[in-house]
Amino acid sequence: MRPRIARFGGALAVGTALTLGLAACGGGSDTPKQDATGGGDAAAPASITVGFVGDLAGDNAAIVIPPRNGAQLAFDEYNAKNPKVKIEFKAYDSKGDASTAANLVKTAIQNDKISALIGPAFSGESQQVQPILEEAKIPSVSPSATRTDLASKGAKYWHRIVANDDVQGPGAAEFAGRAITAKKVFVIDDKSAYGQGLAQAVAKTMGEKGAEVQADSFEATETDFSAAVNKAAAFKPDFVFFGGYYAQGGPLLKQLRDKGVTGRFMSGDGSLHTKFIEGAGAQQAEGTLFSCPCKIAYAFAAKDEKAKTFTETFKTKFQGQLPEIYATEGYDAASTIIKAVEAGNTTPEKINEFIATADFEGLGKHVKYNPNGEIADTNVYIYQVKNGTVEAVGNSKDATLG
Amino acid sequence: MLRRPAPFRLADLFASLLPKAITVTEQFNNLIAQFWPTTVDGVVKGAIYALIALGYTMVYGVLRLINFAHSEIFMTGSIGALVVVTTLVAPTAGPVTGLGLVGLLLLMAVVSMAASGGMAVLLEQIAYRPLRKHGSSRLAALISAIGASLFLMEFFALVVIPWLFDRGGQGRNQIAMARFLEREEVFTIFGASVSNNDLLILAAALLMMFLLDQLVNRTKIGRGIRATAMDPQTAVLMGVNIDRIVRITFLVGGAMAGIAGMLFLLKYENTRYNIGFILGIKAFTAAVLGGIGNIRGALVGGFVLGLVENYGGAFFGGQWLNVVAFVVLVLVLMFRPTGILGESIQQARA
Repeated sequence: MRPRIARFGGALAVGTALTLGLAACGGGSDTPKQDATGGGDAAAPASITVGFVGDLAGDNAAIVIPPRNGAQLAFDEYNAKNPKVKIEFKAYDSKGDASTAANLVKTAIQNDKISALIGPAFSGESQQVQPILEEAKIPSVSPSATRTDLASKGAKYWHRIVANDDVQGPGAAEFAGRAITAKKVFVIDDKSAYGQGLAQAVAKTMGEKGAEVQADSFEATETDFSAAVNKAAAFKPDFVFFGGYYAQGGPLLKQLRDKGVTGRFMSGDGSLHTKFIEGAGAQQAEGTLFSCPCKIAYAFAAKDEKAKTFTETFKTKFQGQLPEIYATEGYDAASTIIKAVEAGNTTPEKINEFIATADFEGLGKHVKYNPNGEIADTNVYIYQVKNGTVEAVGNSKDATLG
Repeated sequence: MLRRPAPFRLADLFASLLPKAITVTEQFNNLIAQFWPTTVDGVVKGAIYALIALGYTMVYGVLRLINFAHSEIFMTGSIGALVVVTTLVAPTAGPVTGLGLVGLLLLMAVVSMAASGGMAVLLEQIAYRPLRKHGSSRLAALISAIGASLFLMEFFALVVIPWLFDRGGQGRNQIAMARFLEREEVFTIFGASVSNNDLLILAAALLMMFLLDQLVNRTKIGRGIRATAMDPQTAVLMGVNIDRIVRITFLVGGAMAGIAGMLFLLKYENTRYNIGFILGIKAFTAAVLGGIGNIRGALVGGFVLGLVENYGGAFFGGQWLNVVAFVVLVLVLMFRPTGILGESIQQARA
């Protein structure tokens, strides 16, 4: 048996290597573009190029396409005003793979001469891309990379417009501890760095509030959560928190409800998607709570005039798509670059200098960056599923459940 | 200069394990409290593993080939069943009852079996037969299988799913099925609730396994399959049409995966383009655990794997589920290298 197994292993390794190789090639084969805008002279060019890197066709495209579209909308609105310097927006599909993202960014810098980058969308990609941008001195603003340590690398050209995981965990926990009186808390995570961190923060706060806490986790690739669900069913919690993504969160909630776990269900930004409601079933999803350091425009439409207008423009432009998670952040990230260009900054160096001093009221939040690239605004918002759609409850600091 | 690591001391290891030992009693209580619900879930999950494992084991028995694309054949079946539901049942229609329900389930079964069986035969025709005709090595067929698996996954994500479910560019998202079978508790075993859904899945799986067993052991086609598995050259001399037998093997194994796909959809109510990836690995594990090439071994392996996984998850916590499953696999193979029931189709006849 052993040699045969060894052979399978070899074949698998070859297969994997081939796939990775192909993916990398696919990334690199973007057609080079002759563009004479990257001169860096004092004279302002007719147009500059801004890139976007993220997973546009891969497994997590559903949370990357909205920020791409948000940024697209911002740039289109800007170009429609017929400005002196137009901005060309170019999106690169990394399929969520970090090394592909790195290759794409190199291509974007060398061939397309990008002056700034929106993204990369994920933390893993950002980690690889950060040093490349740093070396090429190209400023970036990520709409959705939330891993905390990205800000501690001393990068001068890197920024993000969303608060990091360390902000969301305590924010979610603070809300849960205040607004939900739970005696028995069950915390589930998907073993990812993001999900685990969030779940642990909530478990800690709820424990300090005197609740009895139990925890379990599962592999993100699983479809059967019966081990965690049975444990929860035996524990009978009145509050369940899940740290992880919507693809697992929806079916997990369904399986919990089927086993008679009736406690209130809450999750983080990874699950905040209409696909969550589809996966769980509208009936089961009703009342589910989410926390997010982001502002979802359509959920705030009833409370905020600007969010309402944005939702409607977005829907008209993108064939009825809702501005899902991070669409607002994509728009605000693009606005940062636009403000820089409007102020007469067209070289990467100048744009970066402008970002450091940027201070304006964006669509979702007040845009102002700390010297380490973090956004200064650290509000966390709470959302709830009502009548099958996501609605805003309010800021985690003062939101209450009616 | 390299710093020498601190010397390993057994006492330190025990000290670090001590808190674990204290929680073991707690974990044991956990397992006891959840024993019966865990068992019910494990058996249902095991039935689905077993049905998929049948395809791996039959193809291996006849061709000595691991059909790595079998996981995508399973996925095809679940998509086929989902198409039936999305076409016939409106998402907000609520539960279907009576004759309508029976008809719907039967139609789902037929469509998923046809889709998977057809896909398996097509795959054999395109990806394996030409290689076999040219007498290429088994490793080439294996690479072909991996290639077919990747191709099918991407093809479904990029073309088939967006087209079938009208989702442009969204082929990688999970697709949920509206619940049409209201779940009710039929009876309880020691406090563990058994739902109509679980019973239906288990009954259907057992029926299919019984039919397959009869097919292989009692019919002329089955005799051909067994003869080919035993000795292809002699089988040809005895008048067995090998190409036909191989095609039938793929068809039957595919149909089993199709039923598994439909039952999976009934239980979990969602599917996606790469749903077969992990399930395929698990089912392949089940086939090896039971003895690859051995049909009854695949059944035993499926149920054992489903149960062991769930007990492991309940005892050590869900994060250890896969670790426990594969440790058991390694232990079984250490003491019984050919799996629980031994390796070939004909051995477990008695």
